[in-house]
Amino acid sequence: MATSTMQFKIYRYDPDKDNAPYMQDISVEVNFDVDRKLLDILTRLKAKDDSLSYRRSCREGICGSDAMNINGKNGLACLTEIKDLKQPVVLRPLPGLPVIRDLIVDMTQFFKQYHSIKPYLINDGPRPDRERLQSPEDREELNGLYECILCACCSTSCPSFWWNPDKFVGPAGLLNAYRFIADTRDQATNERLDDLEDPYRLFRCHTIMNCVDVCPKGLNPTRAIGKIKEMMVRRAI
Amino acid sequence: MVNRILVGAHYGLKDWIIQRATAVLMAVYTVLFLVVLAIVRPDSFEAWRSIFAHGFMKFATFLFLLSLFYHAWIGVRDIWMDYIKSGGLRLLLMIATVAVLVGYAGWATQILWRM
Repeated sequence: MATSTMQFKIYRYDPDKDNAPYMQDISVEVNFDVDRKLLDILTRLKAKDDSLSYRRSCREGICGSDAMNINGKNGLACLTEIKDLKQPVVLRPLPGLPVIRDLIVDMTQFFKQYHSIKPYLINDGPRPDRERLQSPEDREELNGLYECILCACCSTSCPSFWWNPDKFVGPAGLLNAYRFIADTRDQATNERLDDLEDPYRLFRCHTIMNCVDVCPKGLNPTRAIGKIKEMMVRRAI
Repeated sequence: MVNRILVGAHYGLKDWIIQRATAVLMAVYTVLFLVVLAIVRPDSFEAWRSIFAHGFMKFATFLFLLSLFYHAWIGVRDIWMDYIKSGGLRLLLMIATVAVLVGYAGWATQILWRM
């Protein structure tokens, strides 16, 4: 059995007990035969100290609950291989959002921005008997967009979102905005573009691509943002 | 005044295109300028002056400077929008930036056509 001790530094803050956040040093026995991902270790730590708080649900990179800042880079604990981690492993909550407790952040602002782009199909045409059809080519355009799990890794690694979380839609919201702009079944393209043509909502993006760097699903919000801008240009000239 | 989050000014695309267009113009001018320097190899004030005495060079340099100032306006305005939270102070800084850049543009034009 391959076991080893791993060192962790974990951001701890319980507003009911602590005056200020602090970093807790913890070491944990890891069994590499069964422990593969960072979430496995967090489960072990939680068994040792059940006051440690973090979100988790599906444990396979689908629900987007366990996003956190791992050694300075946002990612999902359930998709992060422990053998690749440099020690001590520093775990912090996602940057830029208010901390509720330990590694749990308040995502209200993030979801407000997501809801602001109207993340649903708008089509006032007569309802078809079965479903609204698309050609395979049109459907192809949605690849790399619909897979977003709204974990907030991208938006919380974006300085423009840190400075203006109330005004800038952020990479996750803009990727989803393009998902509906690109959908041939949606009829609100003009309204969607009008809504985004704004110095804050869209044009705070300065293409530094932190979002692409951290996306645990390998998506490219920068490309989606570029395509929104391209469509605006095509509409304007 | 009620404290509400205000977005929806509905501008930005034009500035975004202009920022890119001015960047291209500046890049082209930089290459042109380096080529001219390599050919003329100015070693005196008169030689430097002769470069800008040419009508085309005046036109290109003027275009470069306008590009530079407009590009700078968009960039600096974005910095004010990101970091200056007070609306009044932000407006003041924007006006000051425009004033300085317009002043520079006039001054640069005067220098250029004095050559």
